[in-house]
Amino acid sequence: MKLLKLVPDNTNIDFMRWRNVAMILSTLLTVASLVLVGVRGLNLGIDFVGGQVVRATFAQPVDIEDLRGRIDGLGVGEATIQEFGNDRTYQIRLPRPEGPETASNEIVSKVRTFLPQEYPGAVVSAGESVSGKVSGELAWDGALAITFAMIGIALYIWFRFEWQFGVGALLTLFHDVSMVLGFFSLTQMQVDLNIVAAFLAIVGYSLNDTVVIYDRIRENMRKYRKMEIVALLNFSLNETLSRTIVTSLSIMLALAVLLALGPDVLFGLTLAILLGTFIGTYSSIYVSAPALVWLGLKPDSFLRSEDEEAGLGNPA
Amino acid sequence: MLDFPKWKVWAVSLAILLGIVLAVPSLFPKATVEAWPSWAPKAQINLGLDIAGGSQLLLEADVADAAKQRLAAMEDQVTTELRRGEPRIQIGDVSTSGGRLSFVVRDPTQLDMAFERMRTLTQPVGLTGARDWEVSTVDGNRIVLTPTASGAETALRNSLTVARDVVRRRIDPGGTKEITVINQGARRIFVQVPGVEDPEALKALIGQTARLEFKLVALDADPAQVAAGRAPPGAQILQMADGTGPIAVQRRVMVSGEQLVDAKQSFDQDGRPVVSITFNAAGARRFGRVTQENVQKPFAIILDDKVLSAPNINEPILGGQAQISGNFTVESANALAVSLASGKLPVKLNVIEERTVSAELGADSIEAGTIASVFATLAVIGLMIVTYGRFGVYASLALLVNAFLILAVMALFNATLTLPGIAGFVLTIGAAVDANVLINERIREELRRGRKMLDALETGYKEASTAIFDANITNTIAAALMLFFGSGPIRGFAVVLLIGIITSVFTAVNFTRMLVSLWVKSKRPRTINI
Repeated sequence: MKLLKLVPDNTNIDFMRWRNVAMILSTLLTVASLVLVGVRGLNLGIDFVGGQVVRATFAQPVDIEDLRGRIDGLGVGEATIQEFGNDRTYQIRLPRPEGPETASNEIVSKVRTFLPQEYPGAVVSAGESVSGKVSGELAWDGALAITFAMIGIALYIWFRFEWQFGVGALLTLFHDVSMVLGFFSLTQMQVDLNIVAAFLAIVGYSLNDTVVIYDRIRENMRKYRKMEIVALLNFSLNETLSRTIVTSLSIMLALAVLLALGPDVLFGLTLAILLGTFIGTYSSIYVSAPALVWLGLKPDSFLRSEDEEAGLGNPA
Repeated sequence: MLDFPKWKVWAVSLAILLGIVLAVPSLFPKATVEAWPSWAPKAQINLGLDIAGGSQLLLEADVADAAKQRLAAMEDQVTTELRRGEPRIQIGDVSTSGGRLSFVVRDPTQLDMAFERMRTLTQPVGLTGARDWEVSTVDGNRIVLTPTASGAETALRNSLTVARDVVRRRIDPGGTKEITVINQGARRIFVQVPGVEDPEALKALIGQTARLEFKLVALDADPAQVAAGRAPPGAQILQMADGTGPIAVQRRVMVSGEQLVDAKQSFDQDGRPVVSITFNAAGARRFGRVTQENVQKPFAIILDDKVLSAPNINEPILGGQAQISGNFTVESANALAVSLASGKLPVKLNVIEERTVSAELGADSIEAGTIASVFATLAVIGLMIVTYGRFGVYASLALLVNAFLILAVMALFNATLTLPGIAGFVLTIGAAVDANVLINERIREELRRGRKMLDALETGYKEASTAIFDANITNTIAAALMLFFGSGPIRGFAVVLLIGIITSVFTAVNFTRMLVSLWVKSKRPRTINI
């Protein structure tokens, strides 16, 4: 059987030739993403800002404006209504009320009983309310989880490799997460706790990719002690190229299937991870490797420590 | 490559077999599994509420209410102690304003004695010698009891433990449903009830403190004064539960819900729903005496500071059985009966977070999730086989075994699978490929470099393992930190990821190595196509 070779044997692509172009592009996009998030903001779900969401399926499609008007009559605040999955299911979001922490769940009760009365055959399939207090804590928890995950990872890489690799990995992560955040700001897709799980998955995947490439760079630095750093990076990237492509393709394939066939509730989560995988693949080549050059990694970085070890074992 | 010892083949096969056996129950509906013979494994993965449908509430203790109740209880203790103890100490001007309890000792010579007796009412908190109340004297004749912060904290913690059990009894009096009621931190209770799609009844049940009290109506009260909210000495103004206005009742609790042993919904002689209650021996005696002494006087039945009704005592009630009347429906009488039978909540609980998902929506989600998982796995398997041939088949087998192992471990630890967990599952399937890809690519490379087949296989596995190790350790760190610091969906995701990392490394490295080794040993191929 003739096997499929996604990447031909012995490629010799000069990745590093475009490293400055790529770095400028990446920097621009990262800055643009952060500015976008700063100016336009993120569409934070009730998990992070508090409020109420009710999802209902109606007997037939309803006029959104009319529905909004009727809910307005309840005096529960201005509703944001979106289609959800199909043209008969809507997600109704209401702002967090002023007053006591308990006011939030009372609004859900009100809307829950109101809809079937007003629209015969309407079925409420989900209702959520998060008070201001809880949402603040959830946001803090999410931020804490991401921050500690990144710090923990950087420390490990620093410990296993050299400090340049730790910083390089952090820069790569920062790049990937900023870009996905920028995407969410641009599309104004809702960011809820599920999306935080997606960010953590992106962090995990991006890291996986980066570490595999770093691992090969470290191996080659030990093997080819005299090779110039840029050439060595190019060589390592070419060696791992086939693996990078096959793995990324498998994961993206799996995610694309989940995006197309998976439940609607998972759409945002899956899209974020898919995008993150794509960006992560790019950045493992064009951010994590060039970063090592800028951070001043020298071909003898690993040599020195091994010489020292050798010296200890062999006193002259 | 040939050195894969027999014992290891047995160990790996056994582990995988065990995994598959443990995973099987999770693939069938619960009812089917329960009908299996007793020796069959039955542990299943818990489905999260977002998948199975149900309600989830986060309750928080009302700290202000807790403080108020604690103060009221202290007032009771103080008056009883000074009135009952020897010698009696006359007090006056009792006040509970500003969160403190203060009173004037009528006879100044008794001040020191009163002070000492107050000291005996306080309890030590912790090991530092601090007490739950601070007793002090002001103006030479007034004693002030101030709750200490650590005392209030301890009291809140204790009442939350009691509250947790009360909530459990109220939601599930029979103790048969699979509900989760756990304390979260110092002032919260987390409640999860699968299958309940309308949380309103749940909230009504929990929202009731169910503090039941019987007090005599203050007959000497002037109606005009009562309407203005002013109570005569020794009395207090309460609202009627049906909204018919204020009523004056004596402050003194004659009988309270603490002396109940049972409560049931029933009907009175006119067929109206009521709640029948049964007192314990002490309660029955007390109820009998009070009703004997106050025949033809109205007796107020008070629930959570609202007067349900104030019927006249027609005759002494001696058997320890009584009826609570009010404007009940069968449902509300039943709810009150459940609340009373489960005991009063020691502290008011507020709902600060609520999530409900209907079972249909959950079923749709899990169906879509399952279909997507199957097709995602098939797509990856297809790609593996066209890329690596026989080694792709081995990698695919490893993927399938990996999926079973994840299910098995989750069932074993009774872990909960949530929607983000499904995403984690699919991601793990994708990422599990990576280890196989690393190994296979490395074998290709070594062959290209001119190594002999066996040597290339050996080196491929050996050299790839460093990268696999580093990549998975970093992910383990990330998953562990998410599990530790994250909440809700983040943890659901992290659990699956963490389990998936362990099982995928095992299957990708050990299992495929075993398959390759067995193949090489039995067929003795001269070349390999990879």
